Amino acid sequence: MNKLAAVVALLVAMSSRGWTQSGELRLCLRAEPKTLNPMQVLDEPSETIRYLTGGVLLRVNRVTQQVEPELATSWRVSKDGRSISFKLRDHVFFSDGTPFTSADVDYTVKQMMDPAMHSPTGDAFRSGSGEVVTHIISPTEVTITFPAPVAGVDRQFDQVAIMSATSPKKELAVLGPFYLADRKSGAYVLLNRNPNYWKKDAMGRQLPYLSSVRLDVQPNRDIETLKLRRGEIDLINSIDAEFYDKLRGTSPQLVHDAGPSLDTEQMWFNQVAKAPIPDYKKAWFRSTAFRRAVSQAINRADLCRIAFLGRATPAVGPISPANKFWFDSKLVTPRYDPDSALRLLQSDGFHQQDGALVDRTGNPVEFSIITNAGNKYRERMATMIQQDLAKIGVKVNVVTLDFPSLIERMSQTFQYEAVLLGLTNVDWDPNGQMNVWLSTSENHQWNPKESAPETQWEAELDRLVREQAQSMDLKKRKRCFDRVQEIVYEQLPFIYLVNKNALSAYSTSLTGVSPSILRPQTYWNVEMISKQ
Amino acid sequence: MRTLHIASIALLLIVAFGALFADKVAPASYAYQFREAPNASPSWTHPLGTDDLGRDRFSRTLYGTRISLALAPLAALLSIVLAAMVGGIAGFLGGWPERVAMAATDLFLCLPWLFLLLMVRSLLPLNAAPLTSVLITFLTLGLLGWAAAARVICTEAREFRISDVLLQARATGQHGWRLLAVQFVPKLRPVLLAQFLISIPVFILSEANLGILGMGVAEPLPSWGSLLRELDSLSSFAGEWWKLVPLGLLVMVVTSFQVLLSREDVAL
Amino acid sequence: MLKRLAIRVVAIVVTILVGLLVSATMVRMAPGFESDEHQLDAHLSPETIASLKAHRLANRKLASFYLTYIKHSVRGDLGYSTALGRPVREVIGERIAETLKICSFGIGVGCTLGFLLAFVTGMSRSSAWDVLVGGIASLFLCIPIAALALIFVLIRRPAGLAIAAVIFPTVYRYARNVLARTFAMPHVITAMAKGCGPIRVLTWHVIPVCAAQFMAIAGISVSLALSASIPIESLCGIPGIGQLALQSALARDLPVLVTLTVVIATITIFANSLSDLVPATVRSRQS
Repeated sequence: MNKLAAVVALLVAMSSRGWTQSGELRLCLRAEPKTLNPMQVLDEPSETIRYLTGGVLLRVNRVTQQVEPELATSWRVSKDGRSISFKLRDHVFFSDGTPFTSADVDYTVKQMMDPAMHSPTGDAFRSGSGEVVTHIISPTEVTITFPAPVAGVDRQFDQVAIMSATSPKKELAVLGPFYLADRKSGAYVLLNRNPNYWKKDAMGRQLPYLSSVRLDVQPNRDIETLKLRRGEIDLINSIDAEFYDKLRGTSPQLVHDAGPSLDTEQMWFNQVAKAPIPDYKKAWFRSTAFRRAVSQAINRADLCRIAFLGRATPAVGPISPANKFWFDSKLVTPRYDPDSALRLLQSDGFHQQDGALVDRTGNPVEFSIITNAGNKYRERMATMIQQDLAKIGVKVNVVTLDFPSLIERMSQTFQYEAVLLGLTNVDWDPNGQMNVWLSTSENHQWNPKESAPETQWEAELDRLVREQAQSMDLKKRKRCFDRVQEIVYEQLPFIYLVNKNALSAYSTSLTGVSPSILRPQTYWNVEMISKQ
Repeated sequence: MRTLHIASIALLLIVAFGALFADKVAPASYAYQFREAPNASPSWTHPLGTDDLGRDRFSRTLYGTRISLALAPLAALLSIVLAAMVGGIAGFLGGWPERVAMAATDLFLCLPWLFLLLMVRSLLPLNAAPLTSVLITFLTLGLLGWAAAARVICTEAREFRISDVLLQARATGQHGWRLLAVQFVPKLRPVLLAQFLISIPVFILSEANLGILGMGVAEPLPSWGSLLRELDSLSSFAGEWWKLVPLGLLVMVVTSFQVLLSREDVAL
Repeated sequence: MLKRLAIRVVAIVVTILVGLLVSATMVRMAPGFESDEHQLDAHLSPETIASLKAHRLANRKLASFYLTYIKHSVRGDLGYSTALGRPVREVIGERIAETLKICSFGIGVGCTLGFLLAFVTGMSRSSAWDVLVGGIASLFLCIPIAALALIFVLIRRPAGLAIAAVIFPTVYRYARNVLARTFAMPHVITAMAKGCGPIRVLTWHVIPVCAAQFMAIAGISVSLALSASIPIESLCGIPGIGQLALQSALARDLPVLVTLTVVIATITIFANSLSDLVPATVRSRQS
């Protein structure tokens, strides 16, 4: 009798809140989330939890790419780009009933910018030295002032989950569509519908439609795909080309290809002066003609067709052609031309001897490419590049290493010759790549932490990225970044190979899913997803 | 049994022949990528189809046999020699030497050798010759793979030490090396043989796993281990029986070894 | 008896301490110890990257880590996981039961099947049966552990069966050879010639001779099961210490890895000690 009463009470509560739908969304996490603190999120599983539970002031619509109001009903960026003012929604509560006010925004910003916290989320706002100041105007109005302009400052708030300043539950009190209900280490995370979620649909019904989200920890993609086929999970947010292909053959209604993503796969040569590699190899790697020849000798179309089963596009540069605004349309895909590559090498003093390429001092051209073990696509690409370069007499040794060893070689010991890796872009705005182009940065991968730019073109890159980061004028930023792309295209510090397609898969029992190429591709509008 | 022996010999001869004369028998180079036909089904041009990079599987199986079939048994032999030395001497001596040796063996079974292997990899040049890398890989496997067998051998040696057979042998005047060679070593044969037969496939598979650390057989050289790694993705097998050929071949080779190496006293 | 037990306990503790030192050294000296995968994230500031590395560098000095670890572990504090950001005791405590469950199941099934089939092979004296079962054992040995795990996921069977599939061939091979040699012994042939039934021959004349070796085989199956649990748990999504070991190895999580070594060493040494003690006790009682 008590149970029946409880069920009836729940149904009444649901209907009074307008919840007419229910259902549990099930998906997999590739690893256990490392943190529930939204300010410390670094790994993808933690980012998933943050996205599903965190309420943000503004959100980037992953399909239209426009910034939309969320917890803030309106916002204004100052002309100098140093401050942003928000008008907050009224009568909004955290999942535990604590009211949401501008004090929570103030608290969140303080946490984010606290130097002792080293918040990765805060790094996007660290445009200059000095303090970030929050000025509370009223419980629903707040202004945040930065020491220097922050490029695309409004878009950055898509990543900032507002924390409660007063709730005893700390980061477990959330403003997003779901809250953490249960968790078993290494097994699953269960999120339940937030009873205090502020959003309603166009008909005035309470969101989210789903009653819960269950995330099972499953590192193996084979098993993840099997679970989807069996109906044990409802979606795979990002599926590999191989599994996409297999699912398409058996269940085409489940898969979706959103086209080229923003991510790139590239290789680069070690240009570090103090690297423990022979000087003659350093000379090769520092030669622009050598890098161009290698680029021309690689058959990118084959890489896309074979390594990625057709689910990739030959890359042009650091910006994917899918990023229509920022992509420099003057640039074209590098041509596959081994004969031209050989001519270029000959002009640089190389020549062929018994089928092998040798340099001017008689050293046979041989180098190793390292990549991370376990990534089938990179292993395939490296092996295909090995054959492509063999045609021009270059001997390539493919070595797969575990990730920590790879990182140590790349960033500490510099004991490598060439690397094949990828870059993940989470936003359209290329300002997020700034640390790749700045010569003083640790992420300036071909030659990290230069005390001063070692080449003219690197000095020019430094100047351009700094200029675009400080400007609020989108056209000016676009001009700067177009020039960055052109320099990179000419000098090839990175040899860009492919842009993978954004592939996903989801059950036909779900409605409201709008796959995009920006992360999270399928559940970015989770509150609008329903399940039959 | 005689038929089985003949069949085993024939199989091993065919496999050895195929490996030795791979240059003549293989329809293509093991490295050449037929990019217009990746993941192709078996055909006249490609008897076992092609892999995901369009390389002929039959050629890769033949060339892979050279490395795996030559080196895995050698590594297995090394592991059983070490197991026999450690376990045999410890069990025969008894007392604290046995306790120390078995404690060391137990520890050996528990240590995270992955990190030692990472260190070995970091010492090897990235452009190490493929043969060097392969030899070091199998040497490492042989040096690390003895501990489990040593335990069992130690037990055998201990039982022998306290048995009447030893007393009788001593009473008949046998001592020292003659005693060991005539009475003790034959007692170990069943265990050593079991370890040998277990180690061959285990080392072949381990070599493939060591590829994750940058050791093992480097691309484009094939090995049975790297071919068997394709089995890690079960979804590949819907109707693609040819991918199971290296597995079938390995099972037949190991079973052939079993048939040939088992004598009357350990055969049935 | 008590004195012997005490000596054995001391020996086990010393062995574990040595194992702790060796494993800590290997993990610390391995390449990539000071690296963090997030170093490659271009969105992070140099200060954030430095703070990520600082967590690892806290365990940089090996001697100091070793001594601190021993001192604290006596009080039950096993350190803090650098990768998971939680106390190691909590992390392992949550997971060890799962591993013990599937390993016990796997060892039980694998050993039972291995010994049973070895007995049947010995009793039947059929070479066809010997080759058949030997072939099946070889098949399981030749299939990569990852594929075995996937097979059992595909057919919706417990992951413990994958562990059993790993253990069974080793147990069978050893047991089959030991039994074959024992069945060829004069006293067994005499017993069979005198009309003793197969069960009597087995229980009175064969098993007593092989018992010590069988116990040793059962002992090594424990370390086999624990090794196999690493890929199997990772693939099947089982939150055990095997899965944790793999994650910690990739993250070079020193406190977790040395604690796991201690746990695994304790279980292995205990199992092998038991496998040595039982036949010795039985023998001393018989004499």
